[in-house]
Formats: sequence, C-alpha cells, structure tokens
Amino acid sequence: MLEQLSLLSFASGGWGQALLAGALVTISLALACLPIGLPLGLGVALMARSPKRFPRAVATVFSTVFRGLPELLTLLIIYYGCQIAAQKILAAMGYEGEVMINTFLAAMIAFSLVFAAFSSEIWLGAFKTVAKGQYEASQALGLSKATTFRKVVFPQLVRIAMPGLSNNWLSLLKDTSLVSTISLVDLMRQTNLAVSVTKEPMFFYGVACLGYLLFSALSGRVFVYIEQYFSRHMRGART
Amino acid sequence: MSFDQLLALVLDPDLLERYGPRFIDGLLVTGKLVAISFTLGALLGMLLALARLSNNVLLQRFSAGYIYFFRGSPLLAQLFLLYYGLGSLKGFWQDVGLWWFFRDAWYCTVLAFTLNTAAYQAEIFRGSLLAVAPGQYEAAKALSLKRSTTFFKVILPQSLIVAIGPLGNELILMIKASAIASLVTIYDLMGVTKLAFSRSFDFQIYLWAAVLYLLIVEIVRRSLKHIEARLGRHLR
Amino acid sequence: MKPVIRFAGACALLLAGITSAQAETLKIATEGAYPPFNYVDSDNQLHGFDVDITKALCEQMKVECTLVAQDWEGIIPALMAKKYDAVVASMIDTQERRKKIAFTNHYYKTPLSVAVPKDSEISDAQTDFKGYTVGAQASSTQAIYAEDVYGKAGADVKLYPTLDEANADLAAGRLDGVIADKFPLHEWLGKAGKDCCKILGDVNGTKADASIAVRKEDTALRERLNKALDEIVANGTYQKIASRYFDFDIYQ
Repeated sequence: MLEQLSLLSFASGGWGQALLAGALVTISLALACLPIGLPLGLGVALMARSPKRFPRAVATVFSTVFRGLPELLTLLIIYYGCQIAAQKILAAMGYEGEVMINTFLAAMIAFSLVFAAFSSEIWLGAFKTVAKGQYEASQALGLSKATTFRKVVFPQLVRIAMPGLSNNWLSLLKDTSLVSTISLVDLMRQTNLAVSVTKEPMFFYGVACLGYLLFSALSGRVFVYIEQYFSRHMRGART
Repeated sequence: MSFDQLLALVLDPDLLERYGPRFIDGLLVTGKLVAISFTLGALLGMLLALARLSNNVLLQRFSAGYIYFFRGSPLLAQLFLLYYGLGSLKGFWQDVGLWWFFRDAWYCTVLAFTLNTAAYQAEIFRGSLLAVAPGQYEAAKALSLKRSTTFFKVILPQSLIVAIGPLGNELILMIKASAIASLVTIYDLMGVTKLAFSRSFDFQIYLWAAVLYLLIVEIVRRSLKHIEARLGRHLR
Repeated sequence: MKPVIRFAGACALLLAGITSAQAETLKIATEGAYPPFNYVDSDNQLHGFDVDITKALCEQMKVECTLVAQDWEGIIPALMAKKYDAVVASMIDTQERRKKIAFTNHYYKTPLSVAVPKDSEISDAQTDFKGYTVGAQASSTQAIYAEDVYGKAGADVKLYPTLDEANADLAAGRLDGVIADKFPLHEWLGKAGKDCCKILGDVNGTKADASIAVRKEDTALRERLNKALDEIVANGTYQKIASRYFDFDIYQ
C-alpha cells in the first residue's frame, strides 16, 4: 500500500504532479464552458417562449439535437467536423496555412452546446414560476422590457433555476472525462497514461474517481452558498 | 452538382453497402445493453432506495455512500475501474471462480452500467416512495394488511406514477451513455461508427450515427409521454 | 460594404504574408503510446525511435520542428485538416490510406507478429485463430488484417484504442492472442509481458513499409523529407539512432 502511495509523489517519476495538472485541465475546461453555455441556454429558453414561429422552431431543434445526441458523439462530430469545416472555409478564402482549432476549443464548443441545451429546459421551467403579476407591475411602473428582465425577472429566475443548473454543472464536470478520447490531457487521460506506464489500474482509476468526487463535493458547497445568497430576502420571513 | 452527387454526399451508396448491416448489428447491441442494464439497475435501485429509507443505520450509511460514489464519478472512470482495474486481478478471480465473468468485456460493461444506473434510480425511487402520503401507510395498518401486501399492492403502484417521469429520463440518459461502451471493445452503435470512420475517414459516418441516435431517443421519448398519459389518466 | 470587403481582403493577404515570412516551422504528430518508437514519460515528454528520427530529419532539412502527441484514431483526420504537416508514428504505407494521404519512402520495414500466452495451445504463427479471441489496435493495418483474415475464418476480433490496452488484456487473460507490429510487441514482451506471454512468430507476407505521412498536395515537403531521409541513411545518423534501440537492421 505504501509503495502505491509513492506513485502519487510529486517528485520526478511520481504521478502526483501529472494528475494534478490533469485535474486543473478538467476544472478549467468545465469553467470555460460556462461563459458560453449559460447565456446561450438562457437565449434558447427565451427563443422557445417567443410568440413567433421561427425562433421557437430553432430552439426546439437545438434542444432536441443536443439533448438527444450522446455527448461522446457530439464531441467527436464537433472535433472532426470543426477541423474539416474550418479547413474548407479557410481554403475557399484562399488562406493556405494551418488551422488553429485546437482540441481544448473543440471540446469547449461541444460541451457548451450540450450544457446550453440542458440548461434551457431548466430556465424554461423557472420562467413558468414567475408570477404574471410581476410583469404587470413592471408595466404599471413604466419599466422597459429590458429593465424588467434585468432587475425584476432574472433574479427570481436564478433562485428557482439554481438546483437544476447545479445538476447540469455536475454532469458537465463528469462529461469532461470524455475528452480523454481525443487526447486532451485532462484528469482521465493522465490516469490512462499513468496506468499504461505503471500497470496499476485499480489504484489510479480509484484515485481518479475520488478526484471527481472531490470536485462534486466542492461544487456542492459553492452551490449552497450561491443559493443562500439568492434567497437572502426570504431568510427574515422564515425565522 | 446533380441530385445524385448531392445525395452521395450524405448517403454514399458504396459506404451504405459496406457498413449498413454492421450499423444494424450495432443498434441491436445497444438495445440489448440498455435493456439488460436498465432492468437489473431498477431492481438494485429499488433495494438501495429501501435501504436508504430504512431505520437500520448501517444499511442507510452503506446505501448513501454507494449512491454518492456512483453519482459523483464519471461513468467512464467507473467502467475503466471495473474493466481494467478489477480485470487485472486474474489470479484472485480464478481462485474465487468468477474469472469467466470479468474476462468478458460484455459482462463487465453490463455490470458497470447496472451499478451506475442503480444509484440514479435509487434516488428516483426514494423520491417517489416519499411522495406517497403517510395516510396510505396508516390506512393499510388499520386494515391489518401484511407489510409485503402494503408495499406491493398499495405503496408501489402509487409511487410508480411519480417515478415514471424521471425513470423515462434516466432511460434516455442510459441510451446516450451506452456510447461509452465502444471504448472497451463493445461493438454497439458508437463502436461500429468509430470502426467505419477509421476505415473510410468519411465524415458522413458520424452523421448517420447522429441521425440514428436522435431517432431512437425521440421514439423513446414520445412513447414514454404516451405511457405516462395513459397511466395517469385516472388523475386527469 | 465594399470598403469592408477590401479591408478584410487586405488583412487576409497580410496574414498570409506574415506566415510565409516567418522562419519555417513544421508541426509533426506522433502517437506517444507505441514504445519503443514513440512514447511519453511521466513528465509528458515524447521519446522513442520515431521522435529521434524526426529530430534528425529536421536538423538535416534545417527547419524547426514541433512534435505533438495525438491519439491514433484521430491522427489521419487531423493531418487532412492541416492540424499538422506530417505524421511520424510508425504508420504503414497502404493502398487504402493512399486514397486520402501520401507517404514518403520507408524509414523502416516491419512484419506483423503474433503473441500468445505462455501456456497457449496455439503453436503456428500462421494460424487463423478460428474459435479464439484475438486483439489488435483499432485503425491499424493489424486491425484490417485481423478483420479480413481472422474475422472471416471465425475468430472473435477485438479492437482497442492503443496497443498497450490490447497487451494488457492479453496479460489479463482476456485474449488468446494479439497481432501487432513486430518491434513494439518484442519491446512489450521484454518488459511487462515477459512473465505472461511469448511471441509466436512473424505472419507470412506482411512485411510492410513504415513511412512518414503527409497530405497529398504537399509534394514539395514529401521530396524534401525523402532527400533528408536518404542523407541521414548515407551519413550514418540513421544507423546511430537505430542502434540505440535495435541490435539488428530494421531499415530493410
């Protein structure tokens, strides 16, 4: 047992540093998907609620496709497809050089799209809980549609959407393990490399599982804090 | 470009002839994998849910720990842990007489998927069992019904109505997760896709796989909506 | 609108100009999971015969090269999508691959070999593995051979993302045999595989060229690589590198 723990050391020859680097890639990939995924999901939800037919159709197609495809398939399609598409487009424009779609970017795009599709359903559910009276009161006060959304509807939306969004975040964290199949050196891929060099699969895959569990636990704490922040106006009434 | 040429871009007849039958085989393998794992997972999940709700502290803690582990780590890591990790202990399994099980990629994959889905289904069942009004338990006690009769004839049917929705979701998630089996030599739909792509390097192979998965998921989703409507018709 | 298009066009020309004015760099891909030809150590550094040959060729051609690791199944699509300029990963020159990419002259030749567990009842390397389970690396010539020959004869063919995983399953007792390139198999049998397995022998008629892969339209690059290859064989650099890994001739 002790020699196995030494495999995790941070000295050269030990895998501790490599695994930590992989864990950092996992976290940064998941975090990188949020700036695109969250607003896109909200946008798709807004489109799905639109009275016009075209935005609604686009939202439905987007949601169906990216919730229905396996994440592995989405990842591979974006990865290979982006390469081919970018190359063809740039070739048509006359630029003969290399294409800069790197693996991290492709993974980021793929997972952001999936995250957006799932979170749009959460946002839609949250919209349904906002009382109509809120909209009417804002109108009575003469607030513009943008201000209504920003200052009245959105804060209430976030509070209701938080549990669902936190579930989506945890799924996203776990889905990042799939990038190990397209050579992005995240925690899972480092674990594979460590296993192939040291021939200790049980130990390293066990460590990887614990790593992901640690991320889940940490995320859980963060979410508790965020939920408390958005419910602070209700705390007085409850005590 | 003529229509034929355009069609060949998405549905090349040569590729279709060479890999079409294998795609059907892959589809059947996916179906088998999902059906077996989901059913076994449901049974295990129900047991875990009951354990979680029981008064025995040991059972409760074990069940909670199990659910936490299998929901908190990626299915990919669990699959590798089982297949490569446990699979490397050949001597041990031979002594115990279980080597025939861990030798086979199919059994390992079914086991990994079953264990994983059992954790999610346990939470679903727990929620649905808690949703049954306490009055039902009290009424059953007042009628002196046996505990097993109470469970199977009174509680379970009512809880299933609540559980059907999330269970349907879980089934769809399983169909999508089955693609991961292709990483441990199982020739499900995804595995055949990767094989065909590695021989032909033609991108439309992935598009076929995408269309097939979307078709399956949509069909399952609509059938589930239909079943849910029929089961809950007495509530409308 | 017109001034915008003119401006964009000028930018594109400028970009193209900038790229061609820089010192020449080549991006070369290798797999990194194929010892002794290419592998990574725990510091994520690439090592191996392929890596050393690449460095020697680049020095001979007086260009700067960056070596990148890429998983095997995506290596040809990435090359075709211009992510790299060449692939030096012990890739075998085949007719099927020539439909999509081009190859230089060979930089070594290798047959396919078969490995089995020490207590296996299979004794003939030319066996068709009928009724047995045989493993190979996916997207490789071995996989195609396994499917076309063993699969047709009634064997159960299993494909793995890397040769290492196939070897691991052979050691674990899940496979009755593994078919792979001769030298990586020997390397593995000399290290992790020496307690469990043995090599059965070469498969007849499978000696093939391992070459450098480039895109079909890069004929100039291909010529330069060929020239540099001839030069390092002539001036002894090739032999020096090869003798570090092999004590027999792998060039012919």
